[in-house]
Amino acid sequence: MIEFELDGKQVSAPAGSNILEVALKEGRYIPHFCYHKKLSIAANCRMCLVEVEKAPKPMPACATPVTEGMKIKTCSKLAVEAQKGVMEFLLINHPLDCPICDQGGECQLQDLAIGYGRSKSRFEEEKRAVTNKDLGSLVSTEMTRCIHCSRCVRFTEEIAGFQELGMSYRNNHVEVMPFIGKTVNSELSGNIIDVCPVGALLSKPFKNKYRNWELSRRKSIAPHDGLGSNIIVQVDKYHKVARVLPLENEEINECWISDRDRFSYEGLYHDERNTTPMIKQDGKWINTDWETAILYAAKSINGVKEDHGSDSIGVLASNISTTEELYLLQKLMRSIDVVNLDSRLAQSDFSLDGKISGTLSLGGKVADLVNSKSILLIGSLLREEQPLIASKIRTGVKKNIELNVINVLKEDLLCDVKNQLVVDPREIVYTLAQVAKAAGVNLPSLNLDTVQISDEASNIAGSLAKGDGYIVLGNIAKSLPDYSKVLVLADAIAKITKARFGQFADLANEVGASLVNFVPYKLDSKLGLNAMQMLQEPRRAYVLLNTELEYDAYNSMQALAALKKADTVVVLSPFISEEMKNYADVILPITPFTETAGSYINMEGRWQKFNGVTRPLGDSKPGWKVLRVLANNLNLAGFDYNNIEEVRSELVELNNPKLLELQILTHTFSVTKPEIDSLVRFGIQRIYYGDSITRRAYSLQQTVYAKLPNLMLNPKLAIKLKLRAGEKINLEQLNVNKELPEATLCDKLPESVILVSAKVAAMAGRFDEIKVNA
Amino acid sequence: MAIYQSGVIFENVDTKNPDCWTLDSYLNRGGYTALKKILNEKITQESIIADMKTSGLRGRGGAGFPTGLKWSFMPRTLEGQKYIVCNSDEGEPGTFKDRDIMAFNPHSLIEGMIIAGYSISASVGYNYIHGEIFEIYERFEAALSEAREAGFLGKDIQGSGFDFELYAHHGYGAYICGEETALLDSLEGKKGQPRFKPPFPASYGLYGRPTTINNTESLASVPFILRDGAQVFQDKGVPNGGGTKLFSVSGHVNRPGNYEIPLGTPFTKLLEMAGGMRDGKKLKAVIPGGSSAPLLPASIMLECNMDFDSIAKAGSMLGSGGVIIMNEDVCMVKALERLAYFYHEESCGQCTPCREGTGWLYEIIHRIENGEGRINDLELLDSIGNQMAGRTICALADAAVFPVRSFIKHFRDEFEYHIEHKKCMVSHKWC
Repeated sequence: MIEFELDGKQVSAPAGSNILEVALKEGRYIPHFCYHKKLSIAANCRMCLVEVEKAPKPMPACATPVTEGMKIKTCSKLAVEAQKGVMEFLLINHPLDCPICDQGGECQLQDLAIGYGRSKSRFEEEKRAVTNKDLGSLVSTEMTRCIHCSRCVRFTEEIAGFQELGMSYRNNHVEVMPFIGKTVNSELSGNIIDVCPVGALLSKPFKNKYRNWELSRRKSIAPHDGLGSNIIVQVDKYHKVARVLPLENEEINECWISDRDRFSYEGLYHDERNTTPMIKQDGKWINTDWETAILYAAKSINGVKEDHGSDSIGVLASNISTTEELYLLQKLMRSIDVVNLDSRLAQSDFSLDGKISGTLSLGGKVADLVNSKSILLIGSLLREEQPLIASKIRTGVKKNIELNVINVLKEDLLCDVKNQLVVDPREIVYTLAQVAKAAGVNLPSLNLDTVQISDEASNIAGSLAKGDGYIVLGNIAKSLPDYSKVLVLADAIAKITKARFGQFADLANEVGASLVNFVPYKLDSKLGLNAMQMLQEPRRAYVLLNTELEYDAYNSMQALAALKKADTVVVLSPFISEEMKNYADVILPITPFTETAGSYINMEGRWQKFNGVTRPLGDSKPGWKVLRVLANNLNLAGFDYNNIEEVRSELVELNNPKLLELQILTHTFSVTKPEIDSLVRFGIQRIYYGDSITRRAYSLQQTVYAKLPNLMLNPKLAIKLKLRAGEKINLEQLNVNKELPEATLCDKLPESVILVSAKVAAMAGRFDEIKVNA
Repeated sequence: MAIYQSGVIFENVDTKNPDCWTLDSYLNRGGYTALKKILNEKITQESIIADMKTSGLRGRGGAGFPTGLKWSFMPRTLEGQKYIVCNSDEGEPGTFKDRDIMAFNPHSLIEGMIIAGYSISASVGYNYIHGEIFEIYERFEAALSEAREAGFLGKDIQGSGFDFELYAHHGYGAYICGEETALLDSLEGKKGQPRFKPPFPASYGLYGRPTTINNTESLASVPFILRDGAQVFQDKGVPNGGGTKLFSVSGHVNRPGNYEIPLGTPFTKLLEMAGGMRDGKKLKAVIPGGSSAPLLPASIMLECNMDFDSIAKAGSMLGSGGVIIMNEDVCMVKALERLAYFYHEESCGQCTPCREGTGWLYEIIHRIENGEGRINDLELLDSIGNQMAGRTICALADAAVFPVRSFIKHFRDEFEYHIEHKKCMVSHKWC
């Protein structure tokens, strides 16, 4: 610790701290612009100049480390005069038109100008004007307002991983700009709006719609990935969500959020948002009231149960549903003996159901992951699935993490990857078996005799063997037809290398769904049907919560067929679509996460409660209330909740770290090298298509990410198939043909796969065989 | 144009001979004997650095920092790559000495850099050459190939086991890249912008490795010091600044050019060597150390000796040795406008005071020059200058302010006349 004097007060701070950090901690505010606690020090705005005794000139507080016995004066005559001087310079070319600036009211320059600016400008020359830049559909620019603090430039380089912005030109003609003809395409790009201290970088969807002071700020949790980022939702006086900002939480999202979490709110007010209960009678949809609709739903469910038994009902939910919703839905269904419950919609291999105790989660904290020494990432499109974790891992790699990847697509992770193996999805198990064998896994239940270890596999094993490792599965791994083998092998490698082991959650509540037993293999005496079976062997009735199976299901073709065949389909969803109208019989308009109280349990097992940030839109109702009334209509006992706290009180015991401890019981199999002689589909959920809200978020859908091709294949495969880029392609799965426009060539894929994203609805299995017809 | 006194770097160099730059010519003049001696006798780094300190050589790039001391700051025993970088990005208006060193005696620089590399355990050197002097860059490359062929560069130099490779790098002409850390950034392929210090290049330099950066003239003086003796060099100059120094004399003199003269030589003598004032006009003012140095009026300058201390005492800086001579016909407002424009153009735009201040200064002076000056403009200039100087990462803001302050201090009447009468006090052709 270093002792020194700050504005006459004796203060101590760890060696290496800078004056600004310490001063802020001590409650002494020093004005600053370019300094940002999460970014490198630039020391270029010069606003934080302070007087340091014995220093010949004022020193920038952000870049001056404290030293023993130093005497710092942050508001002496010299310091203030220096700060005021800088402020004058900042303002001479900055437009003084705060009333028409979108940042007005939340602008650091405006705030500080009150304290440090002159009441009248001494600058009477012409002001500089700078042309605006096209940064894409999310970030709007007013470059004349830029004060060149370079925070955005440093953000893209240091946090987003790729320097998409830079400073061009010299002197007062300096401009922040992207590469010529390019936009800012990072999945974290929205954060440059937050770091910009002035109105130069603005949110495009939010711009010119509100003034900051008209909006209330309410806390919530972002539902679009498994991290559970803390957010502030700003709501206008008409109870409409106006924008989303990050809420700082050092353990989760720090001060950032992904673009998906920031801009998905636009989807809440999409034309397909439904706020009226609807029932289908004689093939026609009629709007009705809640009482009728719920009664209708109750009767339908009851009817099917009476006629065909409980087993003829299937219940499927999306993991974006709140813990309370999932809990009540399974409680309701189990009360009428329905155990066909599942939220693992994109999974295809359930052979470990009943052979697992505990919960599949990340298996540790995010901090454990990013502070490990070696990571093995299996089957994950990391930047699309978990944008913020990708950024945290990048930061870790810069320090000391060795990152190893086994995947089907060579993803550009924007950092050094120690070993990156790109294999056919059918080879992932074999590849992992090589790592297992190289690591020395020797279990009677695992036959790895014929496995030949490649150099890369032994390198990965070597990297993990150094200790403090972490093995994580991503969404691709979870969808594989041999997911259970991947799990068992990964678990075995983790055990022998003493690494941690877990998987990323796809939406906010994957862990929550498992904890409240929204799975067919817990609690009950017999195994229920899993998501796959429910659709493979069509049920008479389906209850769907927050899901659109045509995009969410592993085999969407099968899902649609099953739904259309069913006698009755009850849908609880904030959205309605033409497809939904085809298969549904009752549509109950429940509210999305912004309009209901609830909780999400993130991939670490962290419970985060939230309240509705605004009142339900139109006639829609929170899901938990609808389920409560539905249960009452079914005359079920134990559903007389008066408020959500009463629901939560039944969940208290589930908030127990012991329940997260994963145990995989013995699962016997042998691994041999697979023969790859056919093509397989590589079905991934794209970044802005993972849930009903994001799918409808207009601005996100205009980004470069959203416009990534849905159909891609390796150029060498294209030559074999005599296909050219941009040509139509006729695909066949399960004897059903589908003609898709525009094949895109991509050499980051293996030669035996065809990438068809889940955005292409009504395809068969995401990792099932696929044929190409001439 | 170039006219030289015999001294250190240009001793025995016949600049009229087109082959004076070649290796043969250099060897005939006793070139590379210092290097050979060091390598053969395995002279220790400590002893070379001690010699450098004894020589009293002060950095010739402008700041005048003792070269031996700078070398001693290098963590020589630290493992890993270390670099020696030569700053030949000579962009200071009024200075044109380094280009002549590289044109007429490039091997003195190469030898100096090899010795410097040896002394600080650097096995790689870079010479960053100013962007606008193409032929000099080519000349230096030619000299490098000669040196490589003769075995003065590369692996196992002269069988000593010492490896050293030297590369020439051609800049793009930005003045700011003459600032050592901006030079490093530019060398790394980035936009040339000064880095915040600390850390200093000796601990975190090129590619984050310990680096020593010296001026061309400093490095080119090294062979002489180690061949003829440090004390001999020191004795050529004054106690607080040994050796000779190249002065680039420009402006209204009869023989503008580079003059290598012992430090401490009276200014009047230098003026005389340069052929005296052109057309018999009167001397009005002198910028003694390149455009960043404060201007001194004739009365003060004529009393000065050309060495670091006496120029500093007179209120200016010896700087890079660019002596700009102005005669009685010069309009000080016009001259200052030109300088202000230069600093405005060349500010890298990183720090607020410099980015905004240099432009503002120029606009005000431009206005005065064009007859649109206002009564309080001189106070405004002074106030802006105070808000700039010492408030930025590098010294460019200070360099932009020095001329403004000194011009107004010594020739305030001309500025006031300009504001009041909207025209020049002196008559001259170029206003």
